[in-house]
Amino acid sequence: MRATASAAAGSRSWGTVAQIAVHLAALAPLALLIWDALHRNLTANPIQAITFRTGKTALILLVLSLACTPLNTVFGIRQAVKWRRPLGLYAFLYAGLHFLVFTVLDYGLDWVLLREAIFEKRYALVGFAAFLLLIPLAITSTRGWMKRLGKRWKRLHQAVYIAGVLVIVHYVWLVKADRREPLLWGAAVSLLLLLRVPAVRRWIAKIRPRIRHA
Amino acid sequence: MAKIKSSEITPEWVYLSRRKFMRGVGLAAAAASAAALAACGSQRDSPPAPAAQPAPASLAAPPTVPGSPTVAPTPTAKSASAAEALTLFADITGYNNFYEFSTDKEAVARLAENFKTSPWTVAIGGLVNKPLTIGVEDLLKKYPQEERVYRMRCVEGWSMVIPWLGFSLAGLLKEVEPLSSAKYVRFETLLDALQMPGQRMAFFPWPYTEGLRLDEAMHDLTILSTGLYGKTLLPQNGAPLRLVVPWKYGFKSIKSIVKIDLVDQPPKSLWMAMAPEEYGFYANVNPDVPHPRWSQASERRIGELGRRRTLPFNGYAEQVAQLYTGMDLRQNY
Repeated sequence: MRATASAAAGSRSWGTVAQIAVHLAALAPLALLIWDALHRNLTANPIQAITFRTGKTALILLVLSLACTPLNTVFGIRQAVKWRRPLGLYAFLYAGLHFLVFTVLDYGLDWVLLREAIFEKRYALVGFAAFLLLIPLAITSTRGWMKRLGKRWKRLHQAVYIAGVLVIVHYVWLVKADRREPLLWGAAVSLLLLLRVPAVRRWIAKIRPRIRHA
Repeated sequence: MAKIKSSEITPEWVYLSRRKFMRGVGLAAAAASAAALAACGSQRDSPPAPAAQPAPASLAAPPTVPGSPTVAPTPTAKSASAAEALTLFADITGYNNFYEFSTDKEAVARLAENFKTSPWTVAIGGLVNKPLTIGVEDLLKKYPQEERVYRMRCVEGWSMVIPWLGFSLAGLLKEVEPLSSAKYVRFETLLDALQMPGQRMAFFPWPYTEGLRLDEAMHDLTILSTGLYGKTLLPQNGAPLRLVVPWKYGFKSIKSIVKIDLVDQPPKSLWMAMAPEEYGFYANVNPDVPHPRWSQASERRIGELGRRRTLPFNGYAEQVAQLYTGMDLRQNY
């Protein structure tokens, strides 16, 4: 609390820098992917590499967008709220690329194979469900829709929690043996959801000043 | 990383195979109908070579013309030839599933670079009359190397066409004289976490173990490989000695073998121990039996963009399907 006054003074310029950094950081993986594609640096199995990389980036951005609210409510970093929408929309962008690469580039829109892939591969099914969930959220992310939906907007956008869980299940199911990394991301999502529970939030708010002064 | 440029490899290969190509033109024409089928995407096994054709083993692979599959079967490989273009040497040696080094396919070659493959001995024993411990260099002297062009289908849904060098496992097994009680063959990879950093992943029951039924092991298509593309096997591909069973998913073709035992019970492989509901003893390539978590109906051939339909027994049904008559392949996955 003591730092609030001085932070407010410099927050505008710092906030702009942080905003720009969020956009640059979110676009960097795409730039790197295009660079690697142009330099034929995408392994012997390039389509799979593109699928993995777009999927992984979507996951990371989704987790980061889920971190914004707790950063504000629990840790008092108010700027974070402004990063939530761009991070969520970039996550959707990469999820869309991921979906398009799978259906068009990988399966060449072969409906017979795609149907088989989606109904036989349960990981593809949950991934697809997560992507479908994100579509209405992306559409209603504008200020206009926020006003139009009022209280229902918040309720609608809580669907991102379900999407987060589905994405983790998708990841855990697709790895062959070594589940350490997907489970680590699962722990991150669980933690971020836990920080939204009012009791947990209140408890951390109570002990936070003590941590600061320690 | 000491990557071998494809420019260093391919020209030599093309040069070697070109001479073979001139002699193989007639043969290729004879198999043109099969080539047309392959070009339509419904590729099938090419028919066996109609006549034996004298050619040194190292020249015995079909030439590769990008985009147009060739079908000249190799005389030594008989029915084993694949009617498709060979996968690039750089891809075969740079994209490897070899968890003993890393679960990252692109990292294996670098991590395996200094793997010591010589001296190397293999112990063949168990239920046999004449157990044998033999150095790889003696194996090479004893069993002439022949070239076998095989498709390799990974359980993950990708595939390659690899010109292996090797020798029939049946010959070696006959030499040790299996007892009548021997029904299965158990293979074991080297256990050496100092050289193989992946073996420090404690949740895998190392060493890597695989098994075949004795008749599968004795089948003409089953080989022990010591090389590919006319060169000595590199560590990332399982040097100095690995199994190749082309009608089964790639993980059955165990690498860097130090032990072969004839046994009376089906051996439990590493993957069976890891996930028994996902990986069975047989692991025959089968588009109709999906992995519990993903489909096996199609595959991507490394180097191609589209997908190919996966063939029963990886396209070797004609040669091996009779091994499984009367068996429920859904139960025995």
